[in-house]
Amino acid sequence: MTAYFIQAFIYLCAAVIAVPLAKRFGLGSVLGYLMAGVVIGPIIGLVGSETNTLQHFAEFGVVMMLFLVGLELEPRMLWDMRNKLIGLGGLQIGGTTAIITAAGIYFGLSWSIALTVGLIFALSSTAIVLQTFNEKALSKTEGGKNAFSVLLFQDIAVIPMLALIPLLALPELVEQAQAAVGQAAQQHEELSLVAGLPGWAYGIVVMLAIAAVVVGGHYLSRPLFRYVASSGLREIFTATALMLVIGIAALMSLVGLSPALGTFLAGVVLANSEFRHELESNIEPFKGLLLGLFFITVGAGIDFGVLASNVGPVLGITAGVMLVKALVLFVLALIFRIKNSDRWLFALSLAQAGEFGFVLLSYTVQNHVIPTDLAQILSLVVALSMFLTPGLFIFFDKVIVPRFEHFENDREADEITENGTVIIAGIGRFGQMVNRFLRANKIDTVVLDHQISQVENLKKINVKSFYGDATQPDLLHTAGIEDATMLVIAIDNNERAVELTKYVKHTYPKVKVFARAFDRGHHFELKHAGADFIISETYHSALELGKEALISLGVHPFKAEQKKATLRELELCYKDSLFESWKKKTEDSKYSAHFRELFIELETAIAKAMKSDHFDEQARVERGWTPPPKDYEKRMNRDE
Amino acid sequence: MSEDKKKILVLFAHPSQERSEVNKPLFTACQQHGDVTAIDLYREYPTFHIDIDKEQQRLIEHDVIIFLFPLYWYSTPAILKQWQDLVLEYGFAYGANGHALQGKTFLCAVTAGGSEAAYQKEGYNHFSIRELLHPLEQTASLTGMIYLAPFVLFSARSAVEEDRVNAHIESLRHLLTALANDTLDVETASSLPVLNTNLSNLFNA
Repeated sequence: MTAYFIQAFIYLCAAVIAVPLAKRFGLGSVLGYLMAGVVIGPIIGLVGSETNTLQHFAEFGVVMMLFLVGLELEPRMLWDMRNKLIGLGGLQIGGTTAIITAAGIYFGLSWSIALTVGLIFALSSTAIVLQTFNEKALSKTEGGKNAFSVLLFQDIAVIPMLALIPLLALPELVEQAQAAVGQAAQQHEELSLVAGLPGWAYGIVVMLAIAAVVVGGHYLSRPLFRYVASSGLREIFTATALMLVIGIAALMSLVGLSPALGTFLAGVVLANSEFRHELESNIEPFKGLLLGLFFITVGAGIDFGVLASNVGPVLGITAGVMLVKALVLFVLALIFRIKNSDRWLFALSLAQAGEFGFVLLSYTVQNHVIPTDLAQILSLVVALSMFLTPGLFIFFDKVIVPRFEHFENDREADEITENGTVIIAGIGRFGQMVNRFLRANKIDTVVLDHQISQVENLKKINVKSFYGDATQPDLLHTAGIEDATMLVIAIDNNERAVELTKYVKHTYPKVKVFARAFDRGHHFELKHAGADFIISETYHSALELGKEALISLGVHPFKAEQKKATLRELELCYKDSLFESWKKKTEDSKYSAHFRELFIELETAIAKAMKSDHFDEQARVERGWTPPPKDYEKRMNRDE
Repeated sequence: MSEDKKKILVLFAHPSQERSEVNKPLFTACQQHGDVTAIDLYREYPTFHIDIDKEQQRLIEHDVIIFLFPLYWYSTPAILKQWQDLVLEYGFAYGANGHALQGKTFLCAVTAGGSEAAYQKEGYNHFSIRELLHPLEQTASLTGMIYLAPFVLFSARSAVEEDRVNAHIESLRHLLTALANDTLDVETASSLPVLNTNLSNLFNA
């Protein structure tokens, strides 16, 4: 137990020191983790033998990441991507594998080894690339989206690769081909549902597993989440989210499919769900930590002994591989008309070998396809190329982007300015009206409510909303508060509304906060917390009813409208001074503030003020359209 | 010397600015001019509840009052009429002790859909712009303001297509500067049918 604590402490400590440093110098978190790994591994030697085991564990971060990516991707978007997925992805793997295989044969490798090496290096690092895209907000760019389709295709392609590699070791035993498919399932797991099944049965099992994920995700997840959400226990929701991801990963492993692919699929199925943001905010921290751990183990796994004795070959192969990969990608970008800086982003971001490279390498060694000493060198190449990737991103940021900036600004000049998103917290009667009005005016809204029944009701009338507690920073983050222009607070809990205002104005000063107040005291608290606009929930409707009452009692409607306006004006005149006196009072008697007494006092002050000469309500109402005095013409003539 | 400069108040009235092709850039030019206070009335009073005290104070603080508007049915858009009805009170703008506007300069900057030919006795509008704006001219007279001939852009609906907007904005800029520096030949300026023809001749060196 003590040993585990110490190890965990070393890893966390390295991350805590290195990652903020790397970020400060603009290197990105991935490079920070990698360097932390190098320091605690090969340099200081604090960690060692366990990194391999840890790496398998940490690979689960990739699985979680693909789940999150899936959540962002609605099924229709995935379908729209199909051409790019197969075209770009297929050509990338095909082209890269062909060139590297040819190079391998040229340098004297046997064709089977060369082909295996080609396949291994054709894959890129989903972990590094997607993490960096996220961090640098590149996911939504043309280059980012295309890179993602290639990564997704690579994840799918790993499955046939795992089936193919054993065949390369034993080319003379063709009759084992069918069994090989089953063996693929044994990649890391000993447990398997499909070992020894004939090919057709394996196919059926795989289809069933995928169907289970899609159908289950679609029909069973909702009642499950609803059940859990109604319990109101946040940690149980987290447990459910983890259970879901781990369960799918387990199922996929059992049938010999990539867990990452399975959870990705589940994510896509759940992308339309009202629980999306809550799921994201629950899984996100786990994903972040596990990925970080994964990067550290990559750094720690670099064997300086092997590196020192093979510096030339390792550096040479790394440079060669990255050059070939970038070149293939660049040509593909030309063919698929990816333009400007996006073309460079596409080519540079995917130029490394990936974490699946490690998996495939250990698998090839087990299957006697590649000799161990070569595998060691190749594994260094994979690690080194991953290590160099953040450098390529920095190159992209500092050199490529500035070159295209001017041009791209010109191109986008005529586009309609984006209004940005409005997040609406609380979708009771009040929030609903706000939402309907904004949407009717083509403003994007993200609606959040922590009462699952409310979300369900809205779903019935086709209002898209998400389950989750808007006062949780994590959920606000996944709902996109960083890029939102405004947050509308219409939640029923007064204290939380004030806290939320404080938090958002403090953390995201650029986001405007429009809040609904319960009463005058709440109004002032919200104002004190920094809300940009506050409205009392009953104020306008009460005034409107009062006006209608006057009309029904015989007052001319236009006059009644003027009287209403006057009252509102008076309130406005006194708002600031009332606020100041409220602030003073609450500060004076912080712990014994009796709001009710205070407000009776304030209301009396308003009433008194309204009676005073300067704010004679009657006089103000009568003032507009005052005719001149009866005898004004006589006076005018005298005047002249 | 900024203290010697005349202060200009522009009251802009346009109820559908997203469709405006000429008035909006004209207003922007006013906003950018250092000696001008430019007020978008529809922005300030979307519910037509005009703050009488505030508006009267504004009038007192400025020397030149300009109404900037598109001609709607030979008159101002509704909010400018509302503004007149409420702000130009007896005892402030006219009548006993109503001398607040005495000696100020008043000008209408107008865009009209019809061509200059239409705004003539023989044209389909039968009256000149100056004639149609007689109510405002008389208001200026009753309140003791010097009335300048209207600054008009005719055929405003096709001004963008015919590339006449920028020149018009430029003239307005010069006019504002001349008003601020008090270098406008006021006597001639008040006698013309419209201000823009040979505007530069009205600027004293």
